[in-house]
Amino acid sequence: MSRAEGWRRRGPLLPALIFMIVVTQIPFLFTLFYSTQSWNLVRPGSRSFVGFDNYTAVFTDAQFWRVTLNTILLIVGTVIVSVILGLIFALLLDRKFLGRGIVRTLLITPFLVTPVAAALLWKTSLLSPTNGLVNWALSPFGVHTDWLSQYPLMSVIAELVWQWTPFMMLLILAGLQSMPNDITEAARVDGATSLRLFRELTLPHLRRFIELGAVLGAIYLVNTFDAVYMMTSGGPGVSSANLPFYIYQRAFLGFDIGQAAAMGVVTVIGTIVVASLALRLIFKSFTGNEEAV
Amino acid sequence: MSTTTGSRASSSTIDGVEISRRRNPRGVLLTVFTWILALGFFFPVLWMVLTAFKKESDAATNPPTFIFTPTLQQFKEVFDAGIGTPLLNSLFATIVSTILVLALGVPAAFALSLRPVRNTQDALFFFISTKMLPIVAAIIPLYVIVGRIGMLDNIWTLIILYTAMNLPIAVWMMRSFFLEVPGELLEAASIDGASLWTSVREVILPLISPGIAATALICVIFSWNEFFFAVNMTAVNAQTMPVFLTGFMSGQGLYWAQLSAASVLAALPVVICGWIAQNKLVRGLSFGAIK
Repeated sequence: MSRAEGWRRRGPLLPALIFMIVVTQIPFLFTLFYSTQSWNLVRPGSRSFVGFDNYTAVFTDAQFWRVTLNTILLIVGTVIVSVILGLIFALLLDRKFLGRGIVRTLLITPFLVTPVAAALLWKTSLLSPTNGLVNWALSPFGVHTDWLSQYPLMSVIAELVWQWTPFMMLLILAGLQSMPNDITEAARVDGATSLRLFRELTLPHLRRFIELGAVLGAIYLVNTFDAVYMMTSGGPGVSSANLPFYIYQRAFLGFDIGQAAAMGVVTVIGTIVVASLALRLIFKSFTGNEEAV
Repeated sequence: MSTTTGSRASSSTIDGVEISRRRNPRGVLLTVFTWILALGFFFPVLWMVLTAFKKESDAATNPPTFIFTPTLQQFKEVFDAGIGTPLLNSLFATIVSTILVLALGVPAAFALSLRPVRNTQDALFFFISTKMLPIVAAIIPLYVIVGRIGMLDNIWTLIILYTAMNLPIAVWMMRSFFLEVPGELLEAASIDGASLWTSVREVILPLISPGIAATALICVIFSWNEFFFAVNMTAVNAQTMPVFLTGFMSGQGLYWAQLSAASVLAALPVVICGWIAQNKLVRGLSFGAIK
């Protein structure tokens, strides 16, 4: 490839590349810089270089660890439950029946509802202690609970599961429909039971799709903000706060830019460690897919 | 996805298996079970829509009201409460950022697929890596920078951020569509003496336009629903629909029907787009990994 040809090929790529570098990388460099500053917007003129002090403060902040644990619970809990439900839904949809298209459309709708509206819907219509539908439905069993204040993190996870199950379902359904028919037919002719068929053929085939769903779900869920903000505002205390919400609180309600930046950096480093492991999985998926094409 | 469904359906009806399965009572039971499950799962959305057509006095009852006289009063109220501006803002931000994503993304996807540049893998990795990192880590400097240049509460700020948010997904997704263009077709075009530009315009674009449409719909869904940037970067002028909804939080329990009407208006455009794009949804959300 000649030099001119190389540039002609690169040309169409450059605008997008430069745009992404400017908008996403420069702010992060600033975050790194701010994390070394003592900078609280409430105390003007107090800004100074403090080295790693913000990081020390973050690591000795008991609330930060609680929030980190919440973040992990929220991601892992939501991913596991929504994958299991998504698998069940996908298996049910992977057969011909009356109104299959409508059922699929109904099932994906929670994923499409504006997350803020969905969170408000759960908070006011479903989980409200006075006239929520959940308490009304459970009242014959003598259940009467203020879900949001007694089980705040679980309530948020329940709402997120409702929103994310359709995504897992669609992904796993795509996996089911890409299964070669002849193998299952052959196994069936050989007299394999449905359960055995599922365990030894379907599940191994779906593994790649389930892994991909879990990794992508986790990537999107790291940024969960709407649900926490709308449903519990992280409370009571920090019992349902996750990292995005906690950092938001520090920066925009506590005006502590330095500390919030340090937390942001710690979050990113943590995510990079986890993501680089996850990326290996996901890239295996991508390349596997391209070989299949 | 749809093609595989088709082939499966035809192969399973060949020997009448399908007919016997439909009459089988276990199959009927399974179908009923599936329908009940789906309706239960969908019910909160239905409830939101029903509540939007209630009077406030019917909305906040215990036990819940199922029979009521529908009214459009709540929709009128939310328009009086000023939903117009956020509606227009959301519409503008969504449309313009989607156009920008396509303008930047289509050429980039082309450069990473049909006429690949050197280091294609690196470029792809860079795009996707920007989606891996938590947005919170960038929000503080973004807020400071945007404030310094006087762009807070300006819809163009959101447009730029939404473009950056969707561009990586769009590049990955469109690349996977470009890769499906048969190479022989391009060779034939170039043998026929078509210039690069002609073959792009007359061979490639028509083939991938459904893919571009699907990508655009995914971008629309994400931009319309976005909340984190919107709540931090806007106040009154550039407020979007999700931010407008937060205004109901303090008065919760008082204006349930009105809140539901506003939520329906916020959710409806995306729900319709999603229903249209449901076959392509997975590919968009999985960065183009699944067909």
